[in-house]
Amino acid sequence: MGLTTEKVNELEAITKKMRMNIIETLYKVQTGHPGGSLSAVEIMTTLYFSHMRVDCAAPGCPDRDRFIASKGHCAPVVYTTLACKGYFPEEELGNLRQLGCILQGHPDMKRIPGIDLSTGSLGLGLSAGIGLALSARLDNKDYYTYVLIGDGELQEGQNWEAFMAGAKYKLNNLIAIIDYNGVQLDGTTEDIMPLGDLRKKFEAFDWHVVECDGHDLVALDKVFIAAKQEKGMPTVIIAKTVKGKGVSFMEGKNTWHGKAIGKQEYETAIAELGGSI
Amino acid sequence: MKAMREAYGEELVELGKTNNKVVALDADVSGSTRSALFGKAFPDRFFNVGIAEGNMAAMAAGFALADKIPFINTFAFLMAARATDPIRSLIAYNKLNVKVVGAYGGFSDSYDGGSHQAIEDVAIMRSLPNLKVIIPADEYAARAAVRAVAEYFGPIYLRLNRAEVPPVYSTDNCSFVIGKGNVLAEGKTVTIIANGYMVHRAMQAREILLNEGIDAEVIDMHTVKPIDSELVIRSAAKTGAVVTAEEASIIGGLGSAVAEVLAVNKPVPMEFVGVKDVFGESGDYQQLLSKFGLDTPSIVQAAHRVIAKRSSN
Repeated sequence: MGLTTEKVNELEAITKKMRMNIIETLYKVQTGHPGGSLSAVEIMTTLYFSHMRVDCAAPGCPDRDRFIASKGHCAPVVYTTLACKGYFPEEELGNLRQLGCILQGHPDMKRIPGIDLSTGSLGLGLSAGIGLALSARLDNKDYYTYVLIGDGELQEGQNWEAFMAGAKYKLNNLIAIIDYNGVQLDGTTEDIMPLGDLRKKFEAFDWHVVECDGHDLVALDKVFIAAKQEKGMPTVIIAKTVKGKGVSFMEGKNTWHGKAIGKQEYETAIAELGGSI
Repeated sequence: MKAMREAYGEELVELGKTNNKVVALDADVSGSTRSALFGKAFPDRFFNVGIAEGNMAAMAAGFALADKIPFINTFAFLMAARATDPIRSLIAYNKLNVKVVGAYGGFSDSYDGGSHQAIEDVAIMRSLPNLKVIIPADEYAARAAVRAVAEYFGPIYLRLNRAEVPPVYSTDNCSFVIGKGNVLAEGKTVTIIANGYMVHRAMQAREILLNEGIDAEVIDMHTVKPIDSELVIRSAAKTGAVVTAEEASIIGGLGSAVAEVLAVNKPVPMEFVGVKDVFGESGDYQQLLSKFGLDTPSIVQAAHRVIAKRSSN
């Protein structure tokens, strides 16, 4: 069963709001990572507003699904997701990266309700996800662990240690999502360190591999359903995305990995996203 | 006399019997670290991740998030070199309840040579906020330490020795409180603060010094962080001369921790017995300790020097 038109419309409205939030916030504080946040908006929306079993009133519930943003620099999209979901007031977004705030530059579980694991140093999230997934099995709990991984981040070797471990333990309660936008801080992944055929690599590591357009809400819904139906191995979703998606001058540009937004750029971005200032 | 690693493995099994939250991970050296004993007793709670120390440490973070008490095991030099990113960025940063156990500390993996001997691990671990650092003196202290670190909620680095270390304690007299040094012998002339195997050496040095009419106070400072400042200051105020002895680099370890306390609170002459910023080499353990200045005569000589410095002040 796919998404109803009504649900798609609801999710689309959320993605629009989240993109606006990201631009508003990053323009206001003049620091933070827009590119990799905009590329993961539909992924985050699908997870938190369609698939994950979470309750903002009980952020520590032992039965909740877990989410790890291994690419911790996409904090802005994580924060706007949690704010839209009700974990904290949306006004808090305006304090991003400011002294004394809860919204640290990278997700901090000690300060922010709804963050399951602090991240920032790349290449660690999937390993931690394996520990969570194994714990769920030990405790006979049916929660899923979702790990969002950047494509550039796959250059960190520890990911591949974790992919081996996920296969060894046949963790069908672990779902990795690759935000495959093809761009990293210094340039394209192709120029900096080519990733090769990811599908073949993941299949060779004995993972269930599914691919989709990471901006297509209907397609994302289907791959998450497929991932949960897989009973014998962990699933990795290769979500093809566009870095900076939704803001024309940011799309596909490594220069927008982590750059402050100017006034003119801000006005253009908001207009493109269908908002008004 | 039992090797410290053997005592560790046995105590971990005991812990597993009474606490089903305890899980153990190893990176393909479980036969060496003796975490294999836990694996044999509790196969469902033991995870051998292969030669992948970083993955092991980050997996442990995940276990801790789900209220498990993970003990991760590999050689101390690998723990400090290969696993430090997840230990820093996940375990220490988030104050996760992971017990990081570095086996084969110091020169104790003697024949494997300098590539395998851990001299820098103490300094690296001590520099990480939230992480406590513990180095027990013998098999009894190691057992007590395992129980204590399991009881404490939070991240700890527990550094062990491979060898059969001569006992300082016995089964019924090992007081072990995290963050509290043990005064093993009171004295008035010089203070010797040691940990790990060097505690036994310090006690031997004390005997020699006693024959010379020098009355040394010996402290087992098993917890390098948080250091027992009160005890350090009190003893230094009494003796006015302090020697530290550790099987680790003198840069950043126990000696540094003691110096940090004394420089601010009670400046007195100090001498550092430890590894002098060099890597080790292959050889017999005892011969190596002597070659690198970690034997009993080295501690005695350091005591003589520090007493002379005090007298000339």
